Amino acid sequence: MVTAYAAGAVAGLAGGSGRIGRGLSTAGAVVGAVAGLLLGLQGLVSRATWTFEAPGLLAVAGGVVLRVDALGAFFLILTGAVAAPSALYGAGYSAAYAGRYSLRWLGAMLNLFLLSMSFVPLADNVVTFLLVWEAMSLTSYFLVMTEHDQPETVRAGIWYLGMTQVGLACLLGAFLLLSARAPWLDFATLREAASSLPLGSRSVVFALALIGFGSKAGLIPLHVWLPRAHPAAPSHVSALMSGVMVKLGVYGLLRVGLDLLGGGPAWWGVVLIGLGVGSALLGVLYALMEDDVKRLLAYSTVENIGIITLGVGAGFLFQALAMPRAAAVALAAALYHALNHAAFKGLLFLGAGSVLHATGTRNMNRHGGLVRRLPWTAPCFLVGALAISGLPPLNGFFSEWLLFQSLLPGIGYPLPLVAILAVLALGILALTAGLAATAFVKAFGIMFLALPRSPEAADAHEAPASMCIGMAALAAACGALALAALPVLAGAGTVAGGLVGLAVEPLTFRLWHSVQTPAGLARMSPPIVIAGLLGLVALVWLAVRIGASRRPARLVDTWGCGRVGQTARMEYTATAFAEPLRRVFSAIYRPTEDVTVDYHPGSRYFVQAIVYRASILPWFERYLYEPLMGWVRRLGRRVLRLQSGSLHAYLAYAMAALVILLGVLLATGSP
Amino acid sequence: MNATAGYLLALAQVVLDLALAPGLVGLIRWLKARLQNRRGAPIWQPYLELRKLFAKEVLISTNASWLFRLAPYVIFASTVGVVALLPILAVPLPLDTVGDLLVVVYLLLLGTVFLALAGLDTGSPFGGMGSSREMTVASLAEPSIAVAMFALALGAGSTNLGQIVARAMARPAEAVSPGYLLAFTALFIVTLAETGRLPIDNPATHLELTMIHEAMVLEYSGRYLALIEWAAALKLLVFFSLLANLFVPWGVAVHPTPGALTLAVTSYVAKLAILAAVVAVFETRVAKLRLFRVPELLSVSFVLALLAITASFLSR
Repeated sequence: MVTAYAAGAVAGLAGGSGRIGRGLSTAGAVVGAVAGLLLGLQGLVSRATWTFEAPGLLAVAGGVVLRVDALGAFFLILTGAVAAPSALYGAGYSAAYAGRYSLRWLGAMLNLFLLSMSFVPLADNVVTFLLVWEAMSLTSYFLVMTEHDQPETVRAGIWYLGMTQVGLACLLGAFLLLSARAPWLDFATLREAASSLPLGSRSVVFALALIGFGSKAGLIPLHVWLPRAHPAAPSHVSALMSGVMVKLGVYGLLRVGLDLLGGGPAWWGVVLIGLGVGSALLGVLYALMEDDVKRLLAYSTVENIGIITLGVGAGFLFQALAMPRAAAVALAAALYHALNHAAFKGLLFLGAGSVLHATGTRNMNRHGGLVRRLPWTAPCFLVGALAISGLPPLNGFFSEWLLFQSLLPGIGYPLPLVAILAVLALGILALTAGLAATAFVKAFGIMFLALPRSPEAADAHEAPASMCIGMAALAAACGALALAALPVLAGAGTVAGGLVGLAVEPLTFRLWHSVQTPAGLARMSPPIVIAGLLGLVALVWLAVRIGASRRPARLVDTWGCGRVGQTARMEYTATAFAEPLRRVFSAIYRPTEDVTVDYHPGSRYFVQAIVYRASILPWFERYLYEPLMGWVRRLGRRVLRLQSGSLHAYLAYAMAALVILLGVLLATGSP
Repeated sequence: MNATAGYLLALAQVVLDLALAPGLVGLIRWLKARLQNRRGAPIWQPYLELRKLFAKEVLISTNASWLFRLAPYVIFASTVGVVALLPILAVPLPLDTVGDLLVVVYLLLLGTVFLALAGLDTGSPFGGMGSSREMTVASLAEPSIAVAMFALALGAGSTNLGQIVARAMARPAEAVSPGYLLAFTALFIVTLAETGRLPIDNPATHLELTMIHEAMVLEYSGRYLALIEWAAALKLLVFFSLLANLFVPWGVAVHPTPGALTLAVTSYVAKLAILAAVVAVFETRVAKLRLFRVPELLSVSFVLALLAITASFLSR
């Protein structure tokens, strides 16, 4: 895996911008991703841990140590599964950049990004972890900045860099506190040291880790970089960032919160559930209002990360309440959903990229009718849209099913506070699912159906084969993750059981086809639901073919109250589609609307033009980030005064710092 | 009961429901007509309409894609799939462990999503309007369905429908508990919203601007329209069956003897007729709500469902 990625990176750099360089760097990435996938699968199935140590590298801090355990293997699988199709897609997608941007750097950075993402779940000491974590952040920053001459991209890059460095600072703090009493910085010693830490410091570690990993995962209110960076990045990079990188934030939460700290008091779980529910609901509400397809997908990632965090939080909560089996089920649901989301969100970003490639615009109000022009992209995007809406027979449904079920023991818990929390989480999860279905009916319906709304959409052309294969592979993965729900759940159950120290499998499997949750007696058979539904569709088709009139359909105009000729201006737009929900949730959106009507000078009964403008500025940006940015700017201006440009002043600063540090050391008496 | 008999019973109830569904719509229409001092079409009118539609030629818009032709099959098949999972005549059926309440809810949502996509496919402004409104109503109805159903599931300790029915039959006193009554009311409101009845949608309207369901299916004709209308009737029957058998399960056969099954069919039809009468009276009494008042009604339903769960805490 390492060799392949490294070779891909070097080939990308050396091979230049031509076809060969692009092909080589893609091949490196694909081979590396598949190797990572196989390593993860092997780690999960054989349950053998695999360790790699290079103590010579950075010896002062304990060297570089990699280790594959069950949790790491699961996320390694997730990384490899999305990386291979996305890299393949990238080969075709980046061809359009030839001549405008450096393909050399794009190929090299993509390989390094994939390599560092694969190392994050394997890192087994603090130095290795922070090193690969920062490498992941920086390489992804460079990838976001591919179209560096667009002002929008530069702004997105600054937001992303800011958020990711704040996150890193918090992680540094968390690990420093955690390792305060540990002689070494490897995870095994930290695990032991953590149990002797007082609850207060453990909670501070958890809070810092939550901010650090939450900013990477995109939990509200730390999500602001997502809807900016995802649209700016090349689409296969968005797919990787949204499908894989944000999941590594969840991985970090699990690793630090459950593995290293070993869980905590109930309020940790409550905080996570609260953040999860809030992110899920607000994420989907803002997704609904977006007309930019990649921003819509970015907000939908916020929503899904919220759903996953809800499962993680339920896991923390149930473990604190001494219900390890319920905790393991909730965590297994979260892990399964993370894997599913990686597949369908990767697919949707690739699909959106293919539409962008074909039409040159991300604005859905300029798409339309693409189902005919893009015969491969359209069904792939539909599969992704149905899967992310949590509809059977695709994978999103089965993970959401388990998540619903995992909340049931919470509702049955004797403490009313827990029960009410679980009921509210359940209701909001259901609302989120419904709204997500609406958002994706809007996305698919407006982009692909009806008449083209612009000349670009009318002249759209299907993407090259490598892009179609990439999308088809992820669409197949969505189907496979649904069909193989039971083995995947068994794997996720093992990982989750290990995290909460459960000796038995959390889920029961009956016969070959059905899964049963421990708390409720809920049973379901994913393979039979899938086969039954598909079989019924075929059966109905056959019955209608035999029984009904066989006259071929006659093609006619769409009916329009007798008017002749239909144009795309008569169609519903993306904005119009979401309008009823904008009104229903106006208390949350606080939309600003502006209508200007231009009358004929002769009579007010003749309207010449109507201009309607509506915009939504998310309130956390208005009330949280705008003051914060102002404060940072003022602070920056103050700091600027220090920078006089005089060498003597700088030497004085260094001297002062040294004196202060020595003074502190003398005062505290430590060596 | 042995497995073969179980599968045969499941098949029998699918056939029974397919046969009853158009009659249920006809019954409500006829009752409403009588209540409004009209003579009304005979109860079997919907059967005649279906037969005619299946025999007719199909007209399709030139703008429509393959999705438009696929949607009716998906909508019909997903609704039939739901019927196979319901405890209609006997419990426990072998299919009960295949899918639970959530499978039922999400299969129905699958049908709704395909109908909404088909509404957008022809580029007609009415289709888009219908789709947008249908998805708005459907997504707002989701939380109250989920919470109301979990209120029932909590008592039974399971979300599998057969278990819920079996539990309600074992403890008849609970069926009149406040929690059950609140959950029933919540689900009744959701039923009206999900099946396009007054006061949310008017099934008899002729004005495109007020339509929801009719606006989406405006472009359909022939066998496709027949499938969609039949599926819509079946969806109404599904919600009625949930209301009838989850809350008032008596009559459902526990041992599938011929006598018990006859009783099961009779009581089922009787319960459906009573619900049809309730809906007919209700629809005659109320006027259609403005679209932007509908969320208020659905939030009432959600609050009722929340109260239902709270009531089940208190009764523990």
